[in-house]
Amino acid sequence: MSIIYILWLRQLKRYWRSRSRLLGSLGQPLLFLVAMGFGFGPIYQKAGEGNYIQFLGPGIIAMGIIFTAIFSGIELIWDRQFGFLKETLVAPVSRFQIMIGRTLGGATVAALQGILVFFIALVVGFRPVSLALMPLALVFVILISMVFTALGTLLATKLSDMHAFPIIMNFLIMPIFFLSGALFPLKGFPAPVLALMKLNPLLYGVDGLRGALVSGAHLGLLTDFAVLSIVSLVFIAIGSYFFSKVEI
Amino acid sequence: MIQVNNLIKKYKEITAVDDISFEVKKGDIFAFLGPNGAGKTTTIKMLTTLLSPTGGQILVNGHDPKTEQDAVRHSFGIVFQDQSLDDELTAWENMEFHGVLYRVPKAIRRQRIEELLKIVELWDRKDDLVKHFSGGMKRRLEIARGLIHHPLILFLDEPTLGLDPQTRNHIWSHIKNLNEKESITVFFTTHYIEEAERVANQVAIIDHGKIITQGTPQELKTKTGKASLEDAFLALTGNIIRTQEPDGMEMMRLNRRQWHK
Repeated sequence: MSIIYILWLRQLKRYWRSRSRLLGSLGQPLLFLVAMGFGFGPIYQKAGEGNYIQFLGPGIIAMGIIFTAIFSGIELIWDRQFGFLKETLVAPVSRFQIMIGRTLGGATVAALQGILVFFIALVVGFRPVSLALMPLALVFVILISMVFTALGTLLATKLSDMHAFPIIMNFLIMPIFFLSGALFPLKGFPAPVLALMKLNPLLYGVDGLRGALVSGAHLGLLTDFAVLSIVSLVFIAIGSYFFSKVEI
Repeated sequence: MIQVNNLIKKYKEITAVDDISFEVKKGDIFAFLGPNGAGKTTTIKMLTTLLSPTGGQILVNGHDPKTEQDAVRHSFGIVFQDQSLDDELTAWENMEFHGVLYRVPKAIRRQRIEELLKIVELWDRKDDLVKHFSGGMKRRLEIARGLIHHPLILFLDEPTLGLDPQTRNHIWSHIKNLNEKESITVFFTTHYIEEAERVANQVAIIDHGKIITQGTPQELKTKTGKASLEDAFLALTGNIIRTQEPDGMEMMRLNRRQWHK
C-alpha cells in the first residue's frame, strides 16, 4: 500500500511543481467552450435542442480529462529517457503495483484538471441541474481519468521516445474525442458509425457525465459505469503485463 | 551468490557478451574490469533483470533473473552507471522514494537517509530539487540512494566516476564497512584500477565480450609479472582505445535512425 502511495505522491508532486503546464492545459477547453459554445449556441437553439452550453459542458470536461490523462500516462517515456524508469523497474515490487501507482497518480491529476474545467464551464454559463448528483459526476470524472491514464501508460511501455506522440495525438486522442458525443448529439450519426463509436470508452464517459450533470444519459448510467470500470481494469491488467516485458 | 554460465547477449549484429562464466561468492568484493564497450554494463543489466540474455544461465542468490524476477529483485541493490534520479524531486524525496520502494521501515529509513546524505555531503542540500544539482552532486546522491536498503548483493556500475578522491574514500570505507558487518556481496565495475586493487578480493577482466582472466589481484599481478593491477590490466587488454558499445539509450537512437531511413 505504501508503495502505491509513494508512486502516487510522486506524480502529484511533479504536477504541482509544473503549474505552468497546469494552467496551459486549461486554455484548450476554455477555447472550445467559448468558440463552440457561443458559436453553435444559436443554431442548436433554433434546431429546438435547447441550450448548447448545457450540452457541451460535460463534453468539454471530459476533453480536459482525457488530454491530461493520456499525457500523464505517456510521461512514462520521459522517465525512460531520463533514466528514472530503471530505478522503479529493479525494485522488488510487482509490476501490478507499479501500474496501479502510476495510473492512480496520473488519474488524480487528470481528475483535478477535469474539476478545474468544470469551474471554467460554470463561468461560461454551464449549470448542473442537481447538486445531489454531483458525487455521481465525480465518480465518472474519476473513471474517465483512470481509463485514459491507464491507456496512455500502456502505450508508453511500448514506445521508446516521444516521436510517436503526434501519431497518437492524431490517430488516437482526436478520434476518441470527436467520436465520443462530446460535441454533437449521438442521434445525428448513421448507424454503422454509431456502432463503431460504441467501441470508444469515452462515449460512455461523456454519456455518464452528461447524465449526472444535466440528465439525459443516452445509454443509461449503469451501462456507462459498468463499461468504464471494466475497461479501466482491462487496461490496468494489460499495462501490468506490458510492464513486466519492459527492457532497458 | 552469483553464478553465471555461458552467458551470451546478442543485439542484431553485435555480440555484446560472448559466452562468459564466472562465480561470485558470498561476502566477496568482486571487481568486474574492462575497457569501454567490453560488455560490463550489459552483463549487469542481465544480472539485475533489466535485460534478458540471448543464452546461458544466471543464478543470483539461487534465482534465475529471467523466470524468478521478483526473488532476484529482492536480493540486490544497484547504483547505475548513468543517471536514474527524478530531477523534479528533491534529494530527500528521491531517497525517501527509494526507501519506501524497498520497504525499509520508517525509523531506520529516516536514520539511514540522514547518515548517508551526510557521508556524501548533501545533507544541507536535501530539500533542493535535483535538477539544480551539479553532475558530481547527482552522482553522490545516486550512490547514497543505492545504500539505503541493505541487500544481499550490491551492484555498483562505475560508482565513483567523476568524484574527487576524498568522496571516493568516504564512500568506499562505508561500502567496506557494510561488506564486513553485514557480509554484503559487492559486485562493481570501475575504470580506477587502483581502486579495484585496494578494495576487491576477486577480479575478473572482460574484453570484447569475453572474460580474459579472473583471480585475486595478487594472482593477476603474479601471472603477468607486473607490479600493479593497472599494469597487469594494460598487459592483458592492450593499449588500443575502444569505442563505446551502444547502451540502451544509444540502441534506441540507432533503431530510430534505421526506422527513419
